[in-house]
Amino acid sequence: MRLNDMENYKVRKFKNKIAYLACLSCTLIATMPLFSILIEVIKNGFPALNIDFFIKPPGAVGEPGGGVANAIQGTLILIGLTSLIGIPVGVLSGIFLAEFGDNNFGRLVRLSNNILTQFPSIVIGIFVYLVVVVPLGSFSPIAGAISLSIIMIPIVARTTEEALKLVPNSIREASMALGVSRWRTIISIALVSAKDGVVTGILLSIARITGETAPLIMTILGSRWFFSGLNAPMDSLTLRIWRLALQPYEYAHQQGWGAALVLISLVLFFNVSARILTKSKYRRM
Amino acid sequence: MLGDKIFKYATAFVAASSILILTFMVLELFRNSMPVLSLKFIFGVNWNPVVGMEEYGVLPYILGTLVTSAIAIAVGVPISLGIAIYLSEMAPDFVRKPLSYIIELLAAVPSVIYGLWGMFVFRFWVKDFIEEPLSKYLGFIPIFQGQPFGLDIFTAGLVLAVMIIPTVSSVSREVLTAVPNTLREAAYSIGATKWEVIKLGVLSYAKSGIFGATILGLGRAVGETMAVSMVIGNAIGEAAIPTSLFKAGQTMASLIANEFNEADPISLHAKALIGVGLILFLFALAVNLIAQIMIWRSIKTRGGMVE
Repeated sequence: MRLNDMENYKVRKFKNKIAYLACLSCTLIATMPLFSILIEVIKNGFPALNIDFFIKPPGAVGEPGGGVANAIQGTLILIGLTSLIGIPVGVLSGIFLAEFGDNNFGRLVRLSNNILTQFPSIVIGIFVYLVVVVPLGSFSPIAGAISLSIIMIPIVARTTEEALKLVPNSIREASMALGVSRWRTIISIALVSAKDGVVTGILLSIARITGETAPLIMTILGSRWFFSGLNAPMDSLTLRIWRLALQPYEYAHQQGWGAALVLISLVLFFNVSARILTKSKYRRM
Repeated sequence: MLGDKIFKYATAFVAASSILILTFMVLELFRNSMPVLSLKFIFGVNWNPVVGMEEYGVLPYILGTLVTSAIAIAVGVPISLGIAIYLSEMAPDFVRKPLSYIIELLAAVPSVIYGLWGMFVFRFWVKDFIEEPLSKYLGFIPIFQGQPFGLDIFTAGLVLAVMIIPTVSSVSREVLTAVPNTLREAAYSIGATKWEVIKLGVLSYAKSGIFGATILGLGRAVGETMAVSMVIGNAIGEAAIPTSLFKAGQTMASLIANEFNEADPISLHAKALIGVGLILFLFALAVNLIAQIMIWRSIKTRGGMVE
């Protein structure tokens, strides 16, 4: 009997070890794609970078040379326009949810925000195509920005809400005790105290929309030229990468990797800045 | 006082935008795809946009979406669960933070870059190390039939698996972290090993939350477009029915991405693609609602739990 117990104990110890190794290898396996992607993007993308790459638009299909300058420009314009719509709407929604959202309407808003954050972005693209592109009669940066802001708003709203809820009530009460109205208190006291959290959310949402492709197919369409007005098709880095990758030419693939290097640097820049900001917030606390 | 009221209603009005967007989305998709909606549309297998002999059936793409998502779940969820367990229960403090950041970064990589990597790098790994051995030794099984090529349903499913890992692992980790310590202590006190503690005390308690995380991953896999459209091989019509994992397929999302710009905006073709969008919408809505309810419920019971 004793011996059996000992055996049993060894088996259990062994199982424990196996489980540990299994969980550890899951984690390591999952990091492999990330490293592989980073290595490949740098290895294949770096040789594509030259001056033309950053100042010229792409040549005609099948014609080597040119660059992705128009796509970089398009992505930056999209980030700007989307922020113009998405940040105010997102922050105001977040304020509503944090300050007045403790009721059924607030819960419904939160639910639809959560759904929209996880929603297939291509469906958002079709929707914006139907309500913006078709009535206006052309693909446009405006339509692209509207579709991206539908993705941005729920992210900003959620982080703003969370940041505002971390602001101690005593600060709000102090302000209101001085006779400041509620809305002034929210805007100039609570929101200012929650600034870092709000900015983190904005940066994360920008990182997310910078990498979006699907809704842009049916809103800005893509183009070989530089920005030519708010009612004309425009290019973006993501669309350019897609189109380059599907071309049968070696040089196009290389340019695609180069564009991917630029895109991933942009995305990581926003992501890491957000990260640093969160860290400094915790340090102060 | 008046200022406060105006402010409150103004923010409420803005916050309502997300509800309005979802409502309008379903109405617009429905209104614009009306002419093609029928049972034949959902259960048909042919897809022919040539004017005069137009025929639209979505069944192959619905199946393609289901099969790729199923592969993603089957491969991605166990790995994510392993990660969640390792990071929340086993990892020493100094690796926990950097590792969890690396996993989170997987979510930051744009979908089109996953596609690029899938097309030019991952595809060959899958073909050489998984598909060829499988087809050589298990080729008699119908789902492994066909010449491995690397741009097929299987690769698409695996890329999706990678893409859902950050979502599923981070939500599961949150769920595991929220399991009360008393449960762990109870298991330890009767002499359980660490793994037994996790199995008996932690996982059984966190089951519904993990299920919610899985459904959330399913939602992501169903709607993922760019990466899938670049590695799935883009078959059309009857050829897209997923009879084998090693053949080109098509999902609803990738079909829309591939064909939307080719369709004449007033043609039936465009309406059919919008109809596919409507089905995808309903799919995603159902999946996300279930996930939200599951997660919300597991948080609620957690809140009401006497610790």
